[in-house]
Amino acid sequence: MIDSLWLVIAFPLAGAALLVFFGKRIGEPASGWIASAAIIASFVFAVPLVIPFVSGTAHPETVLVYRWIPVIGANVSLLWDPLSALMVMVVTGVGSLIHLYSIGYMHGDERYGRFFAYLNLFAASMLILVLADNFALMFVGWELVGLSSYLLISFWFTKPSAAAAGKKAFVVNRIGDWGFLVAVMLIFAAFGTVDFGVVFAEAPVVLTTAMATAITLLLFVGAAGKSAQIPLYVWLPDAMEGPTPVSALIHAATMVTAGVYMIARTAALFELAPASSGVVATVGALTALLAATIAIGQRDIKRVLAYSTISQLGYMVLAVGVTAYTAGMFHLMTHAFFKALLFLGAGSVIHAMANEQNMDKMGGLRRAMPWTFGTMVVAWLAISGVFPFSGFWSKDEILASTFAQGGFYYLLFAIGLLTAVLTAFYMTRLMVLTFWGAPRWDDGVQPSESPGIMVVPLVVLAVLSAVGGFINTPWRLGLESFLEPSFEAVTQAHPSSDLTAWVLVFGSVTIAIIGIAWGWARYRRDELPAETGGYWDAALAGYHVDDAYGRLIVAPGLAVASWSARIFDLRVVDGLVNGLGIAVRSFATSLRPVQSGYVRSYGLGIAFGALGLIVYLLIAGGAF
Amino acid sequence: MTVTVAWYMTLAAGLFSMGAAGVLLRRNALVMFMSVELMLNSVNLTFVAAARELGLVEGQVAALFVMVVAAAEVTIGLAILVAVFRRRATANVDELSALKG
Amino acid sequence: MVETVVFIVFAIAAVVGAVTMLAARNPVFSAMGLLLTMFSMAVFYLLLDAQFVAAVQVIIYAGAVMTLFLFVIMLIGVDRREDLGEQIPFQRPVTFVLAAGLFAVIVAAGSSAWVTGSAAFGDPNMNGTIESVGRELFGGWMIPFLATVFLLTIAAVGTVALAQFGPGGLRLAPRGEDEESEA
Repeated sequence: MIDSLWLVIAFPLAGAALLVFFGKRIGEPASGWIASAAIIASFVFAVPLVIPFVSGTAHPETVLVYRWIPVIGANVSLLWDPLSALMVMVVTGVGSLIHLYSIGYMHGDERYGRFFAYLNLFAASMLILVLADNFALMFVGWELVGLSSYLLISFWFTKPSAAAAGKKAFVVNRIGDWGFLVAVMLIFAAFGTVDFGVVFAEAPVVLTTAMATAITLLLFVGAAGKSAQIPLYVWLPDAMEGPTPVSALIHAATMVTAGVYMIARTAALFELAPASSGVVATVGALTALLAATIAIGQRDIKRVLAYSTISQLGYMVLAVGVTAYTAGMFHLMTHAFFKALLFLGAGSVIHAMANEQNMDKMGGLRRAMPWTFGTMVVAWLAISGVFPFSGFWSKDEILASTFAQGGFYYLLFAIGLLTAVLTAFYMTRLMVLTFWGAPRWDDGVQPSESPGIMVVPLVVLAVLSAVGGFINTPWRLGLESFLEPSFEAVTQAHPSSDLTAWVLVFGSVTIAIIGIAWGWARYRRDELPAETGGYWDAALAGYHVDDAYGRLIVAPGLAVASWSARIFDLRVVDGLVNGLGIAVRSFATSLRPVQSGYVRSYGLGIAFGALGLIVYLLIAGGAF
Repeated sequence: MTVTVAWYMTLAAGLFSMGAAGVLLRRNALVMFMSVELMLNSVNLTFVAAARELGLVEGQVAALFVMVVAAAEVTIGLAILVAVFRRRATANVDELSALKG
Repeated sequence: MVETVVFIVFAIAAVVGAVTMLAARNPVFSAMGLLLTMFSMAVFYLLLDAQFVAAVQVIIYAGAVMTLFLFVIMLIGVDRREDLGEQIPFQRPVTFVLAAGLFAVIVAAGSSAWVTGSAAFGDPNMNGTIESVGRELFGGWMIPFLATVFLLTIAAVGTVALAQFGPGGLRLAPRGEDEESEA
């Protein structure tokens, strides 16, 4: 059974291939059902393989599919351990729900089949990434998800902003990929192989601290690109140009978590470089705070969620930075549930509001869309960290683990706590502006509940967001024991299980309630507060970071490109090539007079040649 | 002083050089041809003198063959010359420079 | 003694003939000069015991080839006088240098050995009678002899073909028909 693990990847890959070629002919909604069937098949196939890990009776295995480049340890071989099993469950599970949702959401789109082809391609790519057992194959998956993300963000490519957003995502990701690649090269240089098993086992012996720090920092650059951390987060808000299911799947639940997964996977290397872990934790915390402050000022419902994603990713990165890998993966899972739910719910709202995304034009939707409203409430409470929803458990574990590190980490804890307040605040703001109050709709807009195919996934995700946290409570660390085989050789941080822990729990619940109350008080009024001036304008523009990048990096890059094209290529390269032609031509022209047409001149030449030859032969023959 | 083979050879060399000079200096095609004939004659003299020196009669046979070939060459060459003259009404080779680059 | 005198006299005659051929403005004078040189050649062959070759020289060269030359001179322009000027720059001086150089090289090379090969090769009683030449020619040199037969045949045919090129181009039909069609 485990030997056919590659089927998990093959199902969506086959679906993608089929739909790329025949999607148009198959039409809707059949292509949607085919794609959904493929990914559901992967999920169903993987479940029985996960259960042995739950009961703790299995140990990690590798399944060799194809001998690709055995010399450097890069084969197409899959690693099946609890960590990858968890990721496969999240990707295929949440992915299935989103596929089903998309059948309804993308109704009427003229490239329906192509959309599902790309979705399946993405699923296959992500599965390659998480199942890979060596850096090379992981990089293949890494790049493929980047490609799929580009294809899906710019799905409506006739819109210039969508095309530009796709390009931006790809280019910024590339910067991260550079870091990842250099790290892999260093690993190969140090170990002579890129196989996970060999590298992680020999790391303590082979690597110096300096080398380990270099490698892990470069790996983190890669993770920062994919998981939208400072300074490479700028692509994610723009990525909202893509259809909402894309935002849910790729930019909330799965692709952006690839960076977090990668750091967890390479925990053995991070263990040898505590300095890098410190950097990771700090960047994560700062990103969380920064994104939260920007989210407060956004008017577009999807942009709020985008910055929220960046912020929550910051939490996950903070977790793996303090070596609380289980906490990080836990939050990854719960975040997948409630963030996907939030995005799908937002999509439902946008769908009903005739593609209006600005919250200024919403309001009072709770009566018009009860199911959407109900499920979004669950997500809202989960992300704010309210007991007993899933977000509470995971966020609390992260904060507690950070606190337990002491010293400098008290500061990061404080940042995390502040971010939690802001999270609750801006999510409350979003909910109130969208669902409560008097309707501020445009004329002619008549929102009603979305079709069943869209609502069912919402309900499933709501249930998961509500109860998903119970798999890892401080009294029964279910997830931790599940992931134990993956982190055997690594020391993980744990929250202290004593009085401090209870104080922190109490504190985080209070924080959540404070945030919600503040948001409610501010926005649940008839007259909405004006959000203009100083801070609000800056937050709305994301503190002008994009402009700064444009001036500092993009503009010089364009200048270099323009110079290369107009001056270097045109004058130097063309000049060289043309000059060669001209040189040959002029040389030939200068030789032309030799052809005088006079036989006697030619005869003179012949005679001279003959004389020379005679002299040479006579000398060579020794006649002189 | 007796006449040695060196005398004959030197004379032949001199006639050969004069023939070569004639080919390159004269513009009249006929005179150029005659210069070529002179060169061939000098070569014949060389052959026969060497034959006498070595006591072989092959040299004379070679001279005969040279004569045959020279005769054939003159025939064709003059025929060409006449054909060219009919078209261009000139025997001056310098005016036949249409192949100039 | 006699041989020396004869040699010197006819050597001078040959050189005079050659120079005349080179320098004369009138092509007929050039032909006459060459004729003198050819007769001198025949005398040299006699001095060298090549009687048959001498006879053939007179008959073929002086008798046929030069006659042919004179005929063509008559056809092409007997009274044309070539002008003395030289158009191609440096042609004259360079040619003189070349000719002098050629002569010098040959003489310098030959002064070490004019004829290489063992003298014991040949028969000291060699004579150039028609009998010995014929024996050699139709003996070992039969194939080249037959090749010259072909050569002469081809030359004759080629000459006839070349005669078809008239002032207006190729005239393949016999003269009579052509005139009718032109009229």
